[in-house]
Amino acid sequence: MIRRLEPQSGEVIDRETPLKFTWNSKKYVGYAGDTIASALLANNQQVFSRSMKYHRPRGVLTADYWDPNTTVQVGTEPNVRGAHRLLEADMKVSAQNAWPSLDLDVKAANGLFGRFLTAGFYYKTFIKPQRLWPLYEKVLARFAPGGVVDLNTPHGYHDKRYAHPDVVVAGGGPAGLAAAISAAKAGMSVMLVEQNHHLGGHLRWGTDQDRETADDLEAAARDAGVEILTDSAVTGRYDDNWIAISQRDHPGVVERLIKARAKTLVVAAGLVERPYVFSGNDLPGVMLSGAVRRLINMYAVRPGNHAVVLTANAEGDAAVADLERVGVEVARVVDARAGETISKATGSSKQLGSVTLADGSTVKADLLVTAAGWTAPTSLLNMSGDRPSYDPAAARFFPTALPDNVIATGGLVGDGSLDELIAHGISSGELAAQRAAAVKHRLRSTVTRAQNPKGPEPPVQQDRRIGLSRAPHPELYRSDTHGMVDFSEDVSSKDLVNAAAEGFDSVELVKRFTTATMGPSQGKLETVNTVAVLAEARGETIEEVGTTVWRPPYAPISLGALAGRVFEPVRVSSLHEWHTANNMTPILAGQWIRPEHYGDPGAEVANVRTNVGIIDVTPLGKLDLRGPDVPKLLNLLYTNKWSKLPIGRVRYGMMCAEDGVVLDDGVTGRLGEDHYLMTTTSSGAGQIWQWVEMWLQTEHPDWEVHVTPVTTGFTSINIAGPKSRELLMRLVDDVDLSAEAFEYMNVRTGTIAGVPDCFMWRIGFTGELSFEVHVPAGFGLHVWEQLIERGADLGVGPFGLEAQRIMRLEKGHFIVGQDTDGLTKAPTTGLRALIKLDKDDFAGKPELEWALGPEAPELPVLVAITPTDPRLVPDEACQILREGTTEIVGRITSSRFSPSLQRSICLGQVTPEFAAAGTMLTVRLCDGSDTTARVMEHHAHFDPEGVRLRG
Amino acid sequence: MLLVPCPHCGPRNSADMSYQGEASSRPDPSSATPAQWRDYLYMEHNPAGWLKENWYCSSGCRRFFSVERHTVTSEFREPPLPGSKTAEPGAGTDRQGGGS
Repeated sequence: MIRRLEPQSGEVIDRETPLKFTWNSKKYVGYAGDTIASALLANNQQVFSRSMKYHRPRGVLTADYWDPNTTVQVGTEPNVRGAHRLLEADMKVSAQNAWPSLDLDVKAANGLFGRFLTAGFYYKTFIKPQRLWPLYEKVLARFAPGGVVDLNTPHGYHDKRYAHPDVVVAGGGPAGLAAAISAAKAGMSVMLVEQNHHLGGHLRWGTDQDRETADDLEAAARDAGVEILTDSAVTGRYDDNWIAISQRDHPGVVERLIKARAKTLVVAAGLVERPYVFSGNDLPGVMLSGAVRRLINMYAVRPGNHAVVLTANAEGDAAVADLERVGVEVARVVDARAGETISKATGSSKQLGSVTLADGSTVKADLLVTAAGWTAPTSLLNMSGDRPSYDPAAARFFPTALPDNVIATGGLVGDGSLDELIAHGISSGELAAQRAAAVKHRLRSTVTRAQNPKGPEPPVQQDRRIGLSRAPHPELYRSDTHGMVDFSEDVSSKDLVNAAAEGFDSVELVKRFTTATMGPSQGKLETVNTVAVLAEARGETIEEVGTTVWRPPYAPISLGALAGRVFEPVRVSSLHEWHTANNMTPILAGQWIRPEHYGDPGAEVANVRTNVGIIDVTPLGKLDLRGPDVPKLLNLLYTNKWSKLPIGRVRYGMMCAEDGVVLDDGVTGRLGEDHYLMTTTSSGAGQIWQWVEMWLQTEHPDWEVHVTPVTTGFTSINIAGPKSRELLMRLVDDVDLSAEAFEYMNVRTGTIAGVPDCFMWRIGFTGELSFEVHVPAGFGLHVWEQLIERGADLGVGPFGLEAQRIMRLEKGHFIVGQDTDGLTKAPTTGLRALIKLDKDDFAGKPELEWALGPEAPELPVLVAITPTDPRLVPDEACQILREGTTEIVGRITSSRFSPSLQRSICLGQVTPEFAAAGTMLTVRLCDGSDTTARVMEHHAHFDPEGVRLRG
Repeated sequence: MLLVPCPHCGPRNSADMSYQGEASSRPDPSSATPAQWRDYLYMEHNPAGWLKENWYCSSGCRRFFSVERHTVTSEFREPPLPGSKTAEPGAGTDRQGGGS
């Protein structure tokens, strides 16, 4: 560690804990507390990366979170911020974006041809001819920047948290800490979010007294009960202070996304030091004053040996003092306040060699420090609706108008002594607390509770804080040479000037054309320089040019954190354990895990057609409807008529949305005088419940109807097959199940296997004699097991979703959402007789009236289709074409091989021209070949007369 | 994320709700022309200003309600009493919106 200094009083490294690590496979040692960058620099490693486009060697620039040049690969993790990530034992660190090695990067040839690689180069060069794009893409991909993603890397654990703090403080510098303390002392719950590993902001690399103050503030904040998050960032502020926080200091979690609803937000983001634009400003050895001060005071690293310092402010002066104190020779101090500046920097490919001043003189140096001014990171203020304005006297942007629930403090607002900053923070925290209290009062008053707050809502507390002054600062953006503006994206000031000359002269256009400000620093280092260079090119002021809008995220957030932990509830029926123990192959249907089959769906079909099978249809939507006005509701929701449904009868109905599109279908039965049970499709259960509520609550609140969803209150079992009656009779004593007493499309209530209050419906989706029973869910397994046990001699067996789907297709029953889509109006289904236009009203009636009227457009027709080749099953969604053309006239919506008929069966939608029975169709298969198929006479391929169903 | 004032549950995240669009009255199905009906189905007025809109408190009380929201500031006005999506029953075909 040849660049490591003697112990510094404020150092954050632990010299008792050396850590071994590797850098590009070579072994080095650093200390606990080091960042990767400080450890490498201590070991005299100066080149950390190659730049994105020109592959120029890059060294430390800011030595903090925003450093654009120290992005490295750590093990299998790409794009790690080397100047922020703390060193760990045995870390394997390597350079990114360099091939074959950091020292010898062949892609640096880009730099030689740099003048051809100007902004828009890729857009302009590789656009034509278009057929060559795949080739271009292949070559360009090799030049793409970034680390290496290892697809086998285990996913780390990510999480989410919802928080409801009264006050969120973004920024843990002196003003932010002071605000957090005073808000907490006023009784508010406070969350303080700091991006760095240490609290105290710039005090951490200041004097001993500065650090003492920081320690005191930190201790006071902890005493006051402030929840402190370090290595975390407020990444976004949204409506009503919905605040996104990316937290990286939570044990056991790689990154946690906190969604906080704060009553007030205090923004104390401080200031970000701005690079100066000049030729060679990206040479390793050119650093910002803050970087030098952090390296010396926090990490005890000597940043160079012979320094030139360009200073325009006190921070630059302090850097000079720090350098001199640790024995770095300061060859020249260039004072911008006296009108002095530098022109350019030159050196070898890997190291700064000399600095040319504006007066033409040259000074040899391996370190050039610039203190050119500050950028106010006003992102969170922009996200709150503010458009900060530029003050040329202070050479930075300041907030203008903020909503009442967002309060800015610290360097964002102005300058002052440490005491003044802290005082402003304290008064800001008090203001935040008062306004938060008012918001709490309002929120709590909106709901009737026993402990409602008393009295009227307090008025919005006026802002009576003593403001901070603005220190004068020279406007220092670009020297007389061109240099890098965006280090992450490799955009130079020359690129910006050229872009303006090409007509991209609005700040929003120049940003998108050159990609300046769009890299990982999110504009913190680049935005104001971009604006300044553009202003210069346009001959206008910075104020006239304006800035781009800062949008979320404030700092990049990982996709893992956004995804969080897997949180997707699944639903299972009360029979799930039985299915699992009996060879179920599961399938996910919506949220439900259902048996697709139990081994052989073909055999299950055969068993239902010859013996009897049972299927778990619990997900079927069930709504219990009670009240005298239920028939009115049914008449309104279904297209057919319901006024005269006798007790004990069941009717099929189709529902349409107001645009006439088929929404759902199912059967509804009348159980008693004012008692009905509606069933919906399994996937439509939730939606239809909401649909029913909508009509009752908004259009007909006067109707007396109670709706209760009972989908999971019952276990639903369909018993299907010629022997189903015989089986059910063995379990039921109190209901006459004979064909005469219990006809098709009837419902009865009775006792099954000793379980009272079960509903039995004689309906059938499979086309066989079948009974659908709804058993109180707690007894579902009992009844299921009794059916299996008592029907053993009848050959009873379970069947799954696949067998049911085959049988319903054999029978020609369509499935809403499978054979219909978001454009399928009711007449397409062929169920014209169910559309009763003589009713006064029902959902979708006007559209159906027009769809069936004289000026109706041609609607597709749902038809049964059989391919000429009986073994050929076209994939679902295969197109149907007009023969000999590519004109699409329809598509296959369902297809299966029918075990009962031993041939391929389909449903499909075709234009009316092709809908007549016997029409030959051309079906284009997925492999591009064509086959022929014939339109059938009935939807039902199997038992079209329904003899079995009604048996 | 918006904080939506449900008249029953109090302020709730909009993710707890289901947005039902601009408040509008259903035309009389027996007399509506296709133009009127499709205006009701598909057209939103989307004013920059106060807008009456419908929400469904799908993860809470499961009630439909109307509120007025300023589409520029996302501010909500005093919610109407619970009960119906049309704060004034039988408000005809008026479509809220316009002017701020």
